Amino acid sequence: MRRVSPQAVAVVAGLVVVAGAAVLGPTLFGDAAEARDLTNRQAEASAAHPFGTDDLGRDLFARVVVATRLSLLLTLGAVGISVAGGVVLGVTAAVLPRIPRRLLTGLIDILLSFPWLLLALFFSVIWGATSTGAMLAIGFAGIPVFARLIYTLAASVANTDYVRTAGLLGSSPLRTSVRHVLPNIMPPLVVNVAAHASVTLLSFAALSFLGLGVQAPEYDWGRLLNAGAKDIYREPMAAIGPGIAIVLTGVLFSLLGELLSEDRRPVVRAVRETEEPAETDSGEAVVDVQNLRVSFRTDDGSLVERVHGIDLRIAPGEVVGVVGESGSGKSVTAMAIAGLLGPEAQVECRRLAFRGIDLRGRLSAAQRRQLGLEQAMIFQDPLSSLNPALTVGRQLTEVSQVHAGLSRGAALEKAVAALDLVRIPDPARRIRQLPHEFSGGMRQRAMIAMGLMGTPRLLIADEPTTALDVTVQRQVLRALHDARERTGAAILLISHDIALVSGFCDRIVVMRDGVVVEQLAASDLDQAEHPYTRGLIACVPGMNTDRSRPLPVIGVAADEEVPV
Amino acid sequence: MTTAPALAAAVGSPRLVFVLQRLGRAVISLAVVLVSVFFMVQFVPGDPVRAALGPTAPLATVNALREQLGVDLPLGTQFSNYLSGLLHGDLGTSVTAQRPVTGMLSERLPTTLTLAVVAFLVAVVGAFPLGVATAVSARSGRHRLLDLGVSGVLGVLVAVPNFLLAVLLIATLSIGLGAFPPAGWGTPSEAVLPVLALAAGPMAYLARIVHVEMLRVLETPYLTTARSKRLPGRLLYLRHALPNIVAAALTAGGVVLVGLVAGTVLVETVFTVPGIGSMIVSSITAKDYPLIQGVVLVYALLVLGANLVIDLALAILDPRSAIAEA
Repeated sequence: MRRVSPQAVAVVAGLVVVAGAAVLGPTLFGDAAEARDLTNRQAEASAAHPFGTDDLGRDLFARVVVATRLSLLLTLGAVGISVAGGVVLGVTAAVLPRIPRRLLTGLIDILLSFPWLLLALFFSVIWGATSTGAMLAIGFAGIPVFARLIYTLAASVANTDYVRTAGLLGSSPLRTSVRHVLPNIMPPLVVNVAAHASVTLLSFAALSFLGLGVQAPEYDWGRLLNAGAKDIYREPMAAIGPGIAIVLTGVLFSLLGELLSEDRRPVVRAVRETEEPAETDSGEAVVDVQNLRVSFRTDDGSLVERVHGIDLRIAPGEVVGVVGESGSGKSVTAMAIAGLLGPEAQVECRRLAFRGIDLRGRLSAAQRRQLGLEQAMIFQDPLSSLNPALTVGRQLTEVSQVHAGLSRGAALEKAVAALDLVRIPDPARRIRQLPHEFSGGMRQRAMIAMGLMGTPRLLIADEPTTALDVTVQRQVLRALHDARERTGAAILLISHDIALVSGFCDRIVVMRDGVVVEQLAASDLDQAEHPYTRGLIACVPGMNTDRSRPLPVIGVAADEEVPV
Repeated sequence: MTTAPALAAAVGSPRLVFVLQRLGRAVISLAVVLVSVFFMVQFVPGDPVRAALGPTAPLATVNALREQLGVDLPLGTQFSNYLSGLLHGDLGTSVTAQRPVTGMLSERLPTTLTLAVVAFLVAVVGAFPLGVATAVSARSGRHRLLDLGVSGVLGVLVAVPNFLLAVLLIATLSIGLGAFPPAGWGTPSEAVLPVLALAAGPMAYLARIVHVEMLRVLETPYLTTARSKRLPGRLLYLRHALPNIVAAALTAGGVVLVGLVAGTVLVETVFTVPGIGSMIVSSITAKDYPLIQGVVLVYALLVLGANLVIDLALAILDPRSAIAEA
């Protein structure tokens, strides 16, 4: 059950008022809107006439209320024409063979490049300046929008597995469209209809305002605004009154559209200290984390804790591997250690320090500089962790330039050397390229090279090889190894692959469901005590694994209490 | 239309392919426009000449106008006359003004162009700082009330149509405060209100696009990479984030520019600016078909031109989008 937001209540209430005015307005206010009072012509706004009166002494407020019905009817008519025409064109485009389909979608795209006002003016030349003419004009002007939308939606649904399956099972194209395609494009269509109703309402007001829509003695809001604007020197409310009606109703429709497509994520922030005093240490460790807890705000506003009190120390030059399955909280832990969790995460801890820098509070400029030079991260997906708009060289050199004060030339030299160290061929040429010109493995090695541009004391590698194939994985691990040999930096390697971690690290930390279940030296892996660790090890197939039997599954069920 | 991969193989550079595709599309669009503008008058129900002159016009006048417009000629001849007239810059003679349409348009076009371009610049210059600042502030979540207030104001500006804003500006700044003249064109102070009325909505719309795109980019892994370098905010937002929203912002900018061009019709009418926009309404009501054809043609060309400029800017500033399109 979703909570009803105050915005939803306001929108529904507003729609009820507008609908009420449309249904009851002419009955309740019809007489007042038509009653001429020649002694009270062009009266100023007052309690009796909130928007004043027109040149025949008719009450403008009553006329605005009465005009609701015509304004809405014309809007609905135009939206109906747009949607109906759009469905016909869009579905036709979706089922046509390739060449006519391209011609039709090309034509739709060309029409789409013209603004609605121009199309509406074009059509109102044909149908003349009447209210039906304007309704047809605005309705036709909206057809390309819906044709494109429905074609795109239908094409995306038509490519899904279940529609293909329906075809394989002998469902006719027409039956498939009605049974499978239409229901699946309805939700986005409804959202767009609501949003488009807002545009249509404003378009109508614009045409009537120009004198090309509703003609006297009929009147809609645009017509009233037109008359009011001519009288603006005398009484601004005569123009502002119908203007308010237009804008509020337009906003209601577009809010309705937003509400129907709502997907909002609340934001929280702040690192809180836990009450107990931290155990101070001599400051030797590169990383010192005590009782780290990380929570995230869920959609309904409650906090869900994902990391439940982790302690971790990394000595200078030590290579530590954190192993666990997806959702064990290992990446969140790594991001917390780097101090890079976004504002949606809430971090609590007794201590969170990098080489004596307390990461919990605001950092001084000097501390930022030290972190920028001494700490580097390598992420899982090399395709998205380099900035696609900047050259590799620019991304490598900036740490040296910004934090170490190197000149551009010296920084470039250093960057070429770093790329060379991670064995990227022809680094002097490569450095001028954009990331998309690099392969995945090369990008990951470029990320490692980026970490070498300062004076790294810690490299945090979060699943650095998961997205790569096996031969490329070895190159990346070798680059990481070379980097450590060269700089003596500590490494925190996050992975789900215990075989990879045990071959690379000094020490292994096993995590599950946000807690550390076991820590041991890589050489002691065969003496692991915790059943989960043993399960992880058993899952790795060896050269003499019996291939006729299924691989073992980790024995501890996910919902079972984990002994810590 | 040639398929993209074949074209790419023939030409080599994806950027060039993109430009060629867009040029091709512009040419096809132009053809569609020319044909539509010709047939627009053919589609008018009944007799356009009789409609233009009214039921009481004497037969001799009607016949004279028939002769002048050439509506009795075969359709093919009419179309070739129309095309050859276009080639010579001859759009016919206005029925109401009895003057060549080309001359009337060329007198008024510079005004409309100035209005649209200045308003576009104002919108762009205002939108970027606003969008970036609101996105950064919204992500930090530190100034909730201010964020809400600014996004509310932007939302209202997007929702208020330009002709209504124009009326409101006249009521407040012109009549209320007497700060700017309510109508006219020629002096800078007369241009303030039309430009403001035309630019405010597009600026708010563009600022929202920049805001949303900025929020998206601020959550990308490469921004986390940049944050891990502890770069100062200026570099983080200007160097790392901004270039990645250029493609989206430019595309939205195209929509804005095209909308601005069309918006001149309304704003020119309200402020009685002597551009081509204020001419279109009177020509439609008077059923002055040669003039209508001329104005619609010019507006369509402006829209095509604006789209082409944006596409070329995209190809120059963002080579990757060209590749993605191809």
